[in-house]
Amino acid sequence: AAAGLCPCRALLARRGGALRALCGSVRGLAVGPETHFGFQTVTEAERREKIYHVFESVAKKYDVMNDSMTLGIHRVWKDILLHKMNPSPGTLLLDVAGGTGDIAFRFINYVRSAQERQLQRKLKHHQNLSWREISESYQEDKFKSLGDSQVVVCDINKEMLKVGKQKAQHLGYSEGLSWVLGNAEELPFDDDKFDVYTIAFGIRNVTRIDLALQEAYRVLKPGGRFLCLEFSHVSNPLLSRLYDLYSFQVIPVLGEVIAGDWKSYQYLVESIRRFPPQEELKAMIEDAGFFKVDYQNLNSGIVAIHSGFKL
Amino acid sequence: GRACLSHTEPRARDGRSGEEEEEEEEEGCYQLYPGHIPTSPLQKALLAAGSAFMALYDPYRHDMVAVLGETTGCLALPNLRDKMKHHPEGYRILQERPRIRLSTLDMAKLRGLPDGSLGREYIRFLEDNKVSPDTRMPPKFVDDEELAYVIQRYREVHDLMHTLLGMPTTILGEVVVKWFEAVQTGLPMCVLGAAFGPIHLSARNLQLLATELAPWAIRSGRNASCILNVYYEQRWEQSVASLREEIGIFPPP
Repeated sequence: AAAGLCPCRALLARRGGALRALCGSVRGLAVGPETHFGFQTVTEAERREKIYHVFESVAKKYDVMNDSMTLGIHRVWKDILLHKMNPSPGTLLLDVAGGTGDIAFRFINYVRSAQERQLQRKLKHHQNLSWREISESYQEDKFKSLGDSQVVVCDINKEMLKVGKQKAQHLGYSEGLSWVLGNAEELPFDDDKFDVYTIAFGIRNVTRIDLALQEAYRVLKPGGRFLCLEFSHVSNPLLSRLYDLYSFQVIPVLGEVIAGDWKSYQYLVESIRRFPPQEELKAMIEDAGFFKVDYQNLNSGIVAIHSGFKL
Repeated sequence: GRACLSHTEPRARDGRSGEEEEEEEEEGCYQLYPGHIPTSPLQKALLAAGSAFMALYDPYRHDMVAVLGETTGCLALPNLRDKMKHHPEGYRILQERPRIRLSTLDMAKLRGLPDGSLGREYIRFLEDNKVSPDTRMPPKFVDDEELAYVIQRYREVHDLMHTLLGMPTTILGEVVVKWFEAVQTGLPMCVLGAAFGPIHLSARNLQLLATELAPWAIRSGRNASCILNVYYEQRWEQSVASLREEIGIFPPP
Protein backbone atom coordinates (compact mmCIF):
# COMPACT_ATOMS: atom_id res chain seq x y z
CA ALA A 1 0.00 0.00 0.00
CA ALA A 2 2.78 2.40 0.89
CA ALA A 3 4.44 2.10 -2.49
CA GLY A 4 1.24 3.03 -4.19
CA LEU A 5 0.84 6.04 -1.97
CA CYS A 6 4.26 7.54 -2.58
CA PRO A 7 3.65 9.04 -6.03
CA CYS A 8 0.49 10.63 -4.71
CA ARG A 9 2.40 12.03 -1.80
CA ALA A 10 5.19 13.39 -3.96
CA LEU A 11 2.63 14.88 -6.27
CA LEU A 12 0.75 16.51 -3.45
CA ALA A 13 3.94 17.81 -1.92
CA ARG A 14 4.77 19.92 -4.94
CA ARG A 15 1.59 21.91 -4.80
CA GLY A 16 1.45 24.68 -2.27
CA GLY A 17 -1.47 25.98 -0.28
CA ALA A 18 -4.28 24.51 -2.34
CA LEU A 19 -3.03 21.31 -0.88
CA ARG A 20 -4.87 21.83 2.34
CA ALA A 21 -8.22 22.04 0.59
CA LEU A 22 -7.40 19.05 -1.51
CA CYS A 23 -6.45 17.02 1.52
CA GLY A 24 -9.63 18.07 3.27
CA SER A 25 -11.94 17.04 0.47
CA VAL A 26 -10.10 13.80 -0.15
CA ARG A 27 -10.38 12.99 3.51
CA GLY A 28 -14.13 13.31 3.19
CA LEU A 29 -14.09 10.80 0.36
CA ALA A 30 -12.00 8.25 2.23
CA VAL A 31 -14.07 7.97 5.38
CA GLY A 32 -16.89 6.14 3.64
CA PRO A 33 -16.22 3.05 1.58
CA GLU A 34 -12.70 1.72 1.57
CA THR A 35 -10.23 3.61 -0.54
CA HIS A 36 -6.53 3.67 -1.01
CA PHE A 37 -6.26 7.13 -2.57
CA GLY A 38 -3.91 9.43 -0.70
CA PHE A 39 -4.06 8.16 2.86
CA GLN A 40 -2.65 5.35 4.82
CA THR A 41 -5.82 3.55 5.67
CA VAL A 42 -4.71 0.57 7.67
CA THR A 43 -6.30 -2.75 8.38
CA GLU A 44 -6.87 -3.99 11.92
CA ALA A 45 -3.92 -6.35 11.64
CA GLU A 46 -1.63 -3.56 10.48
CA ARG A 47 -2.79 -1.34 13.30
CA ARG A 48 -2.07 -3.98 15.91
CA GLU A 49 1.38 -4.48 14.49
CA LYS A 50 2.16 -0.78 14.36
CA ILE A 51 1.06 -0.30 17.96
CA TYR A 52 3.13 -3.28 19.06
CA HIS A 53 6.18 -1.66 17.49
CA VAL A 54 5.43 1.69 19.12
CA PHE A 55 5.47 0.17 22.59
CA GLU A 56 8.39 -2.04 21.81
CA SER A 57 10.43 1.02 21.00
CA VAL A 58 9.21 3.25 23.85
CA ALA A 59 9.29 0.60 26.60
CA LYS A 60 12.64 1.54 28.09
CA LYS A 61 11.86 5.24 28.25
CA TYR A 62 8.16 4.82 29.02
CA ASP A 63 8.29 5.98 32.62
CA VAL A 64 10.70 8.86 31.96
CA MET A 65 8.50 10.05 29.13
CA ASN A 66 5.34 9.81 31.24
CA ASP A 67 6.91 11.99 33.88
CA SER A 68 8.16 14.50 31.34
CA MET A 69 4.98 14.74 29.32
CA THR A 70 2.63 15.05 32.27
CA LEU A 71 5.10 16.81 34.55
CA GLY A 72 4.64 13.97 36.99
CA ILE A 73 0.87 14.41 37.19
CA HIS A 74 0.22 10.91 35.85
CA ARG A 75 1.30 9.66 39.29
CA VAL A 76 -1.53 11.61 40.89
CA TRP A 77 -4.02 10.23 38.38
CA LYS A 78 -2.97 6.70 39.18
CA ASP A 79 -3.13 7.36 42.91
CA ILE A 80 -6.68 8.63 42.46
CA LEU A 81 -7.58 5.47 40.59
CA LEU A 82 -6.36 3.38 43.49
CA HIS A 83 -8.27 5.46 46.01
CA LYS A 84 -11.40 5.03 43.98
CA MET A 85 -10.81 1.32 43.84
CA ASN A 86 -10.19 1.23 47.60
CA PRO A 87 -9.17 -2.42 47.57
CA SER A 88 -9.42 -4.38 50.76
CA PRO A 89 -6.95 -7.13 51.64
CA GLY A 90 -7.83 -10.32 49.83
CA THR A 91 -8.70 -8.61 46.56
CA LEU A 92 -7.69 -10.25 43.32
CA LEU A 93 -6.83 -7.60 40.72
CA LEU A 94 -6.27 -7.99 37.01
CA ASP A 95 -4.36 -5.06 35.56
CA VAL A 96 -4.57 -5.19 31.79
CA ALA A 97 -2.10 -3.34 29.57
CA GLY A 98 -0.30 -2.91 32.85
CA GLY A 99 3.12 -3.16 31.24
CA THR A 100 5.50 -1.34 33.50
CA GLY A 101 3.52 -2.08 36.64
CA ASP A 102 2.51 1.34 37.92
CA ILE A 103 -0.98 0.26 38.94
CA ALA A 104 0.16 -3.10 40.27
CA PHE A 105 2.77 -1.58 42.57
CA ARG A 106 0.33 1.00 43.86
CA PHE A 107 -2.20 -1.74 44.52
CA ILE A 108 0.34 -3.70 46.53
CA ASN A 109 1.31 -0.64 48.54
CA TYR A 110 -2.33 0.24 49.20
CA VAL A 111 -3.28 -3.24 50.33
CA ARG A 112 -0.17 -3.57 52.44
CA SER A 113 -0.85 -0.37 54.33
CA ALA A 114 -4.52 -1.31 54.70
CA GLN A 115 -3.43 -4.61 56.13
CA GLU A 116 -1.04 -2.91 58.52
CA ARG A 117 -3.73 -0.57 59.73
CA GLN A 118 -6.02 -3.52 60.26
CA LEU A 119 -3.35 -5.29 62.24
CA GLN A 120 -2.77 -2.26 64.43
CA ARG A 121 -6.47 -1.93 65.09
CA LYS A 122 -6.59 -5.59 65.99
CA LEU A 123 -3.68 -5.25 68.38
CA LYS A 124 -5.25 -2.22 70.07
CA HIS A 125 -8.50 -4.07 70.69
CA HIS A 126 -6.80 -7.16 71.95
CA GLN A 127 -4.77 -5.60 74.75
CA ASN A 128 -6.56 -7.51 77.45
CA LEU A 129 -6.80 -11.04 76.19
CA SER A 130 -7.01 -14.02 78.45
CA TRP A 131 -3.95 -16.29 78.51
CA ARG A 132 -5.86 -18.96 76.61
CA GLU A 133 -6.73 -16.52 73.82
CA ILE A 134 -3.11 -15.46 73.60
CA SER A 135 -1.91 -19.05 73.24
CA GLU A 136 -4.52 -19.64 70.58
CA SER A 137 -3.30 -16.68 68.60
CA TYR A 138 0.16 -18.24 68.38
CA GLN A 139 -1.35 -21.10 66.46
CA GLU A 140 -2.90 -18.87 63.85
CA ASP A 141 -1.44 -18.88 60.39
CA LYS A 142 1.62 -16.74 59.84
CA PHE A 143 0.55 -13.18 59.21
CA LYS A 144 0.49 -12.37 55.54
CA SER A 145 1.51 -8.86 54.78
CA LEU A 146 -0.72 -8.71 51.75
CA GLY A 147 -3.55 -10.73 53.22
CA ASP A 148 -4.07 -12.94 50.19
CA SER A 149 -4.36 -10.01 47.83
CA GLN A 150 -2.95 -10.65 44.43
CA VAL A 151 -2.41 -8.72 41.25
CA VAL A 152 -1.94 -10.17 37.81
CA VAL A 153 -0.33 -7.83 35.30
CA CYS A 154 -1.31 -8.67 31.75
CA ASP A 155 0.21 -7.00 28.70
CA ILE A 156 0.42 -7.83 25.02
CA ASN A 157 3.93 -6.44 24.67
CA LYS A 158 6.97 -8.42 25.78
CA GLU A 159 9.21 -5.38 26.11
CA MET A 160 6.82 -3.57 28.40
CA LEU A 161 6.50 -6.66 30.62
CA LYS A 162 10.26 -6.98 30.70
CA VAL A 163 10.61 -3.40 31.92
CA GLY A 164 7.88 -4.05 34.49
CA LYS A 165 9.57 -7.15 35.85
CA GLN A 166 12.88 -5.33 36.12
CA LYS A 167 11.21 -2.50 37.98
CA ALA A 168 9.54 -4.93 40.37
CA GLN A 169 12.84 -6.54 41.15
CA HIS A 170 14.52 -3.19 41.60
CA LEU A 171 11.79 -1.87 43.91
CA GLY A 172 11.46 -5.10 45.84
CA TYR A 173 8.00 -6.28 44.82
CA SER A 174 7.66 -10.00 44.61
CA GLU A 175 4.83 -11.31 46.73
CA GLY A 176 1.35 -11.44 45.26
CA LEU A 177 2.48 -10.30 41.82
CA SER A 178 2.44 -12.18 38.55
CA TRP A 179 3.13 -11.23 34.95
CA VAL A 180 1.21 -12.65 32.03
CA LEU A 181 1.62 -12.06 28.32
CA GLY A 182 -1.85 -11.66 26.89
CA ASN A 183 -4.19 -9.77 24.60
CA ALA A 184 -6.96 -7.63 26.11
CA GLU A 185 -9.23 -8.71 23.27
CA GLU A 186 -8.74 -12.37 24.17
CA LEU A 187 -7.63 -12.82 27.76
CA PRO A 188 -5.94 -16.04 28.84
CA PHE A 189 -8.04 -16.38 31.96
CA ASP A 190 -11.12 -18.30 33.04
CA ASP A 191 -14.54 -16.75 33.55
CA ASP A 192 -15.50 -15.14 36.84
CA LYS A 193 -12.02 -14.98 38.28
CA PHE A 194 -11.17 -11.44 39.35
CA ASP A 195 -12.56 -8.96 41.84
CA VAL A 196 -11.30 -5.89 40.01
CA TYR A 197 -10.23 -5.28 36.43
CA THR A 198 -8.23 -2.18 35.62
CA ILE A 199 -6.88 -0.80 32.40
CA ALA A 200 -4.86 2.38 32.75
CA PHE A 201 -3.89 4.26 29.58
CA GLY A 202 -4.18 1.04 27.68
CA ILE A 203 -7.66 0.79 26.23
CA ARG A 204 -6.83 3.54 23.77
CA ASN A 205 -4.35 1.22 22.10
CA VAL A 206 -6.73 -1.70 21.83
CA THR A 207 -7.99 -2.17 18.30
CA ARG A 208 -11.38 -3.66 19.19
CA ILE A 209 -12.48 -1.92 22.35
CA ASP A 210 -15.81 -3.74 22.35
CA LEU A 211 -14.02 -7.10 22.54
CA ALA A 212 -11.80 -5.90 25.35
CA LEU A 213 -14.85 -4.77 27.31
CA GLN A 214 -16.57 -8.11 26.73
CA GLU A 215 -13.50 -9.92 27.95
CA ALA A 216 -13.37 -7.68 31.01
CA TYR A 217 -16.95 -8.64 31.76
CA ARG A 218 -16.20 -12.30 31.30
CA VAL A 219 -13.23 -12.57 33.63
CA LEU A 220 -14.74 -10.51 36.44
CA LYS A 221 -16.57 -12.25 39.25
CA PRO A 222 -20.21 -11.29 39.80
CA GLY A 223 -19.98 -8.15 41.92
CA GLY A 224 -16.62 -7.37 40.34
CA ARG A 225 -15.62 -3.88 39.30
CA PHE A 226 -14.32 -2.55 36.01
CA LEU A 227 -12.13 0.53 36.17
CA CYS A 228 -10.67 2.35 33.22
CA LEU A 229 -8.27 5.28 33.44
CA GLU A 230 -7.77 6.96 30.11
CA PHE A 231 -7.21 10.21 28.31
CA SER A 232 -10.52 11.72 27.38
CA HIS A 233 -12.06 14.85 25.95
CA VAL A 234 -11.79 18.35 27.24
CA SER A 235 -14.94 20.35 26.72
CA ASN A 236 -13.69 23.70 27.98
CA PRO A 237 -12.68 25.50 24.75
CA LEU A 238 -9.81 27.53 26.16
CA LEU A 239 -8.29 24.62 28.00
CA SER A 240 -8.84 22.46 24.95
CA ARG A 241 -6.82 24.82 22.79
CA LEU A 242 -3.99 25.00 25.29
CA TYR A 243 -4.05 21.24 25.65
CA ASP A 244 -3.92 20.79 21.87
CA LEU A 245 -1.08 23.25 21.60
CA TYR A 246 0.88 21.45 24.27
CA SER A 247 0.08 18.00 22.88
CA PHE A 248 0.99 18.69 19.30
CA GLN A 249 3.81 21.15 19.70
CA VAL A 250 5.62 19.93 22.79
CA ILE A 251 5.03 16.22 23.20
CA PRO A 252 6.55 14.97 19.93
CA VAL A 253 9.56 17.19 20.62
CA LEU A 254 9.91 15.60 24.06
CA GLY A 255 9.67 12.22 22.38
CA GLU A 256 12.47 13.09 19.98
CA VAL A 257 14.75 14.62 22.60
CA ILE A 258 14.24 12.11 25.39
CA ALA A 259 13.48 8.89 23.59
CA GLY A 260 14.81 9.66 20.11
CA ASP A 261 11.37 8.77 18.78
CA TRP A 262 9.16 11.50 17.37
CA LYS A 263 6.73 9.28 15.56
CA SER A 264 5.62 7.18 18.52
CA TYR A 265 4.68 10.24 20.48
CA GLN A 266 2.99 11.82 17.51
CA TYR A 267 0.94 8.63 17.39
CA LEU A 268 0.19 8.97 21.08
CA VAL A 269 -1.27 12.47 20.89
CA GLU A 270 -3.26 11.64 17.80
CA SER A 271 -4.63 8.44 19.33
CA ILE A 272 -5.90 10.51 22.25
CA ARG A 273 -7.88 12.68 19.85
CA ARG A 274 -9.25 9.58 18.14
CA PHE A 275 -10.51 7.92 21.31
CA PRO A 276 -14.25 8.10 22.15
CA PRO A 277 -15.28 10.85 24.54
CA GLN A 278 -16.64 10.17 28.02
CA GLU A 279 -20.30 9.54 27.21
CA GLU A 280 -19.54 7.35 24.24
CA LEU A 281 -17.18 5.19 26.24
CA LYS A 282 -19.77 4.96 28.98
CA ALA A 283 -22.29 3.64 26.44
CA MET A 284 -19.79 1.08 25.19
CA ILE A 285 -19.15 -0.14 28.72
CA GLU A 286 -22.88 -0.47 29.29
CA ASP A 287 -23.17 -2.42 26.06
CA ALA A 288 -20.73 -4.97 27.41
CA GLY A 289 -23.15 -5.70 30.24
CA PHE A 290 -21.84 -3.57 33.07
CA PHE A 291 -24.17 -1.78 35.44
CA LYS A 292 -23.93 1.45 37.37
CA VAL A 293 -21.51 2.77 34.81
CA ASP A 294 -20.18 6.18 35.64
CA TYR A 295 -17.20 8.38 34.98
CA GLN A 296 -15.18 10.96 36.84
CA ASN A 297 -13.26 13.66 35.01
CA LEU A 298 -9.80 14.56 36.20
CA ASN A 299 -8.24 17.85 35.21
CA SER A 300 -11.35 18.97 33.33
CA GLY A 301 -11.47 15.90 31.15
CA ILE A 302 -7.87 15.52 30.15
CA VAL A 303 -8.21 12.18 31.89
CA ALA A 304 -11.31 10.28 32.95
CA ILE A 305 -11.94 7.28 35.18
CA HIS A 306 -14.80 5.09 34.02
CA SER A 307 -16.27 2.56 36.42
CA GLY A 308 -18.79 -0.24 36.04
CA PHE A 309 -19.96 -3.31 37.93
CA LYS A 310 -20.75 -6.83 36.87
CA LEU A 311 -23.90 -7.62 38.74
CA GLY B 1 0.80 26.11 9.31
CA ARG B 2 -0.16 24.58 12.61
CA ALA B 3 -3.58 23.34 11.57
CA CYS B 4 -1.98 21.32 8.83
CA LEU B 5 0.77 19.87 10.81
CA SER B 6 -1.22 19.02 13.90
CA HIS B 7 -4.36 17.12 13.40
CA THR B 8 -6.79 18.86 15.72
CA GLU B 9 -10.23 18.19 14.27
CA PRO B 10 -11.77 14.94 15.44
CA ARG B 11 -12.69 12.61 12.66
CA ALA B 12 -15.88 10.66 12.17
CA ARG B 13 -15.55 7.59 14.28
CA ASP B 14 -17.01 5.04 11.96
CA GLY B 15 -13.62 3.55 11.29
CA ARG B 16 -13.86 1.53 14.45
CA SER B 17 -15.03 -1.75 13.00
CA GLY B 18 -12.64 -2.14 10.13
CA GLU B 19 -9.89 0.17 9.07
CA GLU B 20 -8.44 3.05 10.97
CA GLU B 21 -6.91 5.93 9.14
CA GLU B 22 -3.28 6.26 9.85
CA GLU B 23 -2.52 9.52 11.57
CA GLU B 24 0.16 10.71 9.24
CA GLU B 25 -2.00 12.34 6.56
CA GLU B 26 -0.74 15.82 7.27
CA GLU B 27 2.83 14.72 7.11
CA GLY B 28 1.96 12.66 4.08
CA CYS B 29 0.82 15.82 2.38
CA TYR B 30 3.96 17.73 3.28
CA GLN B 31 6.63 15.10 3.35
CA LEU B 32 9.31 16.45 1.06
CA TYR B 33 11.61 13.47 1.20
CA PRO B 34 11.57 10.07 2.88
CA GLY B 35 12.03 10.51 6.58
CA HIS B 36 10.96 14.16 6.53
CA ILE B 37 8.96 15.28 9.55
CA PRO B 38 7.45 18.73 8.96
CA THR B 39 7.67 20.94 12.01
CA SER B 40 6.28 24.30 13.03
CA PRO B 41 8.64 27.12 14.01
CA LEU B 42 7.73 26.56 17.66
CA GLN B 43 8.57 22.89 17.40
CA LYS B 44 11.87 23.71 15.74
CA ALA B 45 12.75 26.14 18.51
CA LEU B 46 11.86 23.57 21.17
CA LEU B 47 13.81 20.91 19.33
CA ALA B 48 16.84 23.14 19.03
CA ALA B 49 16.82 23.93 22.74
CA GLY B 50 16.09 20.36 23.79
CA SER B 51 18.65 18.79 21.51
CA ALA B 52 21.33 21.28 22.55
CA PHE B 53 20.75 20.44 26.18
CA MET B 54 20.59 16.70 25.58
CA ALA B 55 23.69 16.65 23.40
CA LEU B 56 25.68 18.27 26.18
CA TYR B 57 24.11 16.16 28.90
CA ASP B 58 24.66 12.86 27.11
CA PRO B 59 27.44 13.11 24.53
CA TYR B 60 26.56 9.68 23.18
CA ARG B 61 23.31 11.03 21.78
CA HIS B 62 24.64 11.65 18.30
CA ASP B 63 21.08 11.90 17.08
CA MET B 64 20.69 15.03 19.18
CA VAL B 65 23.70 16.65 17.57
CA ALA B 66 22.16 15.85 14.22
CA VAL B 67 18.80 17.33 15.22
CA LEU B 68 20.51 20.45 16.52
CA GLY B 69 22.25 20.87 13.20
CA GLU B 70 19.03 20.54 11.27
CA THR B 71 16.96 22.87 13.38
CA THR B 72 19.53 25.65 13.55
CA GLY B 73 20.93 25.45 10.06
CA CYS B 74 18.33 27.61 8.34
CA LEU B 75 20.83 30.30 7.44
CA ALA B 76 23.99 28.32 7.00
CA LEU B 77 22.53 25.59 4.83
CA PRO B 78 21.26 27.83 2.02
CA ASN B 79 24.63 29.57 2.16
CA LEU B 80 26.41 26.27 1.68
CA ARG B 81 24.06 25.26 -1.06
CA ASP B 82 24.76 28.47 -2.93
CA LYS B 83 28.49 27.98 -2.55
CA MET B 84 28.05 24.58 -4.11
CA LYS B 85 25.90 25.90 -6.91
CA HIS B 86 28.47 28.46 -7.92
CA HIS B 87 31.34 26.00 -8.10
CA PRO B 88 31.63 23.56 -11.01
CA GLU B 89 32.46 20.53 -8.89
CA GLY B 90 29.96 21.47 -6.21
CA TYR B 91 27.29 21.96 -8.84
CA ARG B 92 27.92 18.51 -10.18
CA ILE B 93 27.60 17.06 -6.70
CA LEU B 94 24.24 18.76 -6.28
CA GLN B 95 23.09 17.34 -9.57
CA GLU B 96 24.37 13.83 -9.17
CA ARG B 97 23.72 13.53 -5.40
CA PRO B 98 26.42 10.97 -4.61
CA ARG B 99 26.10 9.13 -1.30
CA ILE B 100 28.96 7.72 0.72
CA ARG B 101 27.76 4.39 2.02
CA LEU B 102 29.20 0.95 2.46
CA SER B 103 27.00 -0.23 -0.36
CA THR B 104 28.32 2.42 -2.73
CA LEU B 105 31.99 2.14 -1.79
CA ASP B 106 34.20 -0.51 -3.31
CA MET B 107 36.06 -1.37 -0.11
CA ALA B 108 38.39 -3.89 -1.64
CA LYS B 109 39.50 -1.48 -4.35
CA LEU B 110 40.05 1.34 -1.89
CA ARG B 111 42.04 -0.89 0.39
CA GLY B 112 44.21 -1.83 -2.53
CA LEU B 113 45.19 1.75 -3.25
CA PRO B 114 48.67 2.92 -2.27
CA ASP B 115 49.34 4.27 1.21
CA GLY B 116 48.89 7.99 1.42
CA SER B 117 46.11 8.02 -1.12
CA LEU B 118 42.74 9.37 -0.02
CA GLY B 119 40.97 6.05 -0.49
CA ARG B 120 43.52 4.04 1.47
CA GLU B 121 43.74 6.54 4.30
CA TYR B 122 39.96 6.82 4.51
CA ILE B 123 39.61 3.06 4.89
CA ARG B 124 42.40 3.09 7.44
CA PHE B 125 40.55 5.79 9.40
CA LEU B 126 37.31 3.80 9.33
CA GLU B 127 39.04 0.65 10.50
CA ASP B 128 41.26 2.26 13.15
CA ASN B 129 38.36 4.08 14.74
CA LYS B 130 35.88 1.29 14.10
CA VAL B 131 33.33 3.53 12.45
CA SER B 132 31.19 3.12 9.40
CA PRO B 133 29.78 5.66 6.99
CA ASP B 134 26.37 4.09 7.40
CA THR B 135 25.79 5.39 10.88
CA ARG B 136 25.00 8.91 9.75
CA MET B 137 21.48 10.02 10.66
CA PRO B 138 19.29 10.89 7.71
CA PRO B 139 17.84 14.39 7.98
CA LYS B 140 14.33 14.72 9.38
CA PHE B 141 13.63 18.33 10.18
CA VAL B 142 15.04 20.21 7.20
CA ASP B 143 12.16 21.68 5.26
CA ASP B 144 13.80 21.73 1.87
CA GLU B 145 14.69 18.68 -0.09
CA GLU B 146 17.89 20.08 -1.60
CA LEU B 147 19.09 21.45 1.74
CA ALA B 148 18.38 18.04 3.24
CA TYR B 149 20.85 16.64 0.75
CA VAL B 150 23.37 19.33 1.61
CA ILE B 151 23.30 18.45 5.28
CA GLN B 152 23.40 14.76 4.46
CA ARG B 153 26.47 15.39 2.30
CA TYR B 154 28.06 17.37 5.11
CA ARG B 155 27.52 14.44 7.48
CA GLU B 156 28.90 11.90 5.07
CA VAL B 157 31.93 14.03 4.30
CA HIS B 158 32.68 14.42 8.02
CA ASP B 159 34.71 11.21 8.12
CA LEU B 160 36.73 12.43 5.17
CA MET B 161 37.42 15.58 7.15
CA HIS B 162 38.84 13.40 9.88
CA THR B 163 41.03 11.76 7.29
CA LEU B 164 42.23 15.00 5.74
CA LEU B 165 42.86 16.62 9.10
CA GLY B 166 44.40 13.47 10.50
CA MET B 167 42.20 13.55 13.60
CA PRO B 168 40.89 10.41 15.38
CA THR B 169 37.36 10.04 16.74
CA THR B 170 38.37 10.84 20.31
CA ILE B 171 36.65 13.79 21.92
CA LEU B 172 39.69 15.95 21.25
CA GLY B 173 39.78 14.86 17.62
CA GLU B 174 36.09 15.54 17.19
CA VAL B 175 36.37 18.97 18.73
CA VAL B 176 39.23 19.90 16.40
CA VAL B 177 37.21 18.80 13.40
CA LYS B 178 34.28 20.82 14.74
CA TRP B 179 36.44 23.95 14.90
CA PHE B 180 37.42 23.39 11.30
CA GLU B 181 33.84 22.74 10.23
CA ALA B 182 32.56 25.72 12.18
CA VAL B 183 34.78 28.05 10.22
CA GLN B 184 34.06 26.27 6.96
CA THR B 185 30.30 25.87 7.15
CA GLY B 186 29.08 28.39 9.69
CA LEU B 187 26.61 25.82 10.96
CA PRO B 188 25.54 26.84 14.47
CA MET B 189 25.75 23.21 15.51
CA CYS B 190 29.45 23.17 14.65
CA VAL B 191 30.02 26.43 16.45
CA LEU B 192 28.25 25.16 19.56
CA GLY B 193 30.07 21.86 19.36
CA ALA B 194 33.39 23.61 19.02
CA ALA B 195 32.64 25.95 21.91
CA PHE B 196 31.10 23.45 24.33
CA GLY B 197 32.76 20.21 23.31
CA PRO B 198 35.92 21.08 25.27
CA ILE B 199 33.91 20.79 28.51
CA HIS B 200 34.55 17.07 28.39
CA LEU B 201 38.29 17.40 27.85
CA SER B 202 41.11 16.87 30.32
CA ALA B 203 43.32 19.82 31.21
CA ARG B 204 46.22 18.55 29.16
CA ASN B 205 44.07 18.04 26.08
CA LEU B 206 42.48 21.40 26.63
CA GLN B 207 45.87 23.05 26.57
CA LEU B 208 46.84 21.15 23.45
CA LEU B 209 43.61 22.25 21.84
CA ALA B 210 43.99 25.87 22.77
CA THR B 211 47.63 26.30 21.89
CA GLU B 212 48.11 24.16 18.82
CA LEU B 213 45.16 22.33 17.38
CA ALA B 214 42.37 24.90 17.40
CA PRO B 215 44.46 27.72 15.90
CA TRP B 216 45.62 25.35 13.17
CA ALA B 217 42.07 24.19 12.52
CA ILE B 218 40.85 27.78 12.29
CA ARG B 219 43.64 28.83 9.97
CA SER B 220 43.05 25.83 7.76
CA GLY B 221 39.33 26.40 7.77
CA ARG B 222 39.76 29.98 6.69
CA ASN B 223 42.32 29.19 4.06
CA ALA B 224 40.57 26.20 2.57
CA SER B 225 38.00 26.33 -0.16
CA CYS B 226 34.57 24.92 0.59
CA ILE B 227 34.97 21.27 1.54
CA LEU B 228 31.61 20.39 0.11
CA ASN B 229 32.81 21.39 -3.31
CA VAL B 230 35.10 18.44 -3.64
CA TYR B 231 33.88 15.33 -5.41
CA TYR B 232 35.69 12.95 -3.11
CA GLU B 233 34.37 9.84 -4.78
CA GLN B 234 36.28 10.77 -7.89
CA ARG B 235 39.50 11.39 -6.06
CA TRP B 236 40.22 8.22 -4.18
CA GLU B 237 43.51 7.78 -5.97
CA GLN B 238 44.70 11.28 -5.22
CA SER B 239 47.19 11.49 -2.38
CA VAL B 240 46.02 13.04 0.87
CA ALA B 241 48.90 15.50 0.82
CA SER B 242 48.08 16.78 -2.64
CA LEU B 243 44.38 17.01 -1.87
CA ARG B 244 45.18 18.96 1.25
CA GLU B 245 47.25 21.38 -0.74
CA GLU B 246 44.56 21.71 -3.38
CA ILE B 247 41.87 22.49 -0.85
CA GLY B 248 44.11 24.64 1.30
CA ILE B 249 44.33 22.64 4.51
CA PHE B 250 47.62 23.15 6.30
CA PRO B 251 49.49 20.02 7.34
CA PRO B 252 48.50 18.87 10.83
CA PRO B 253 50.86 19.75 13.69
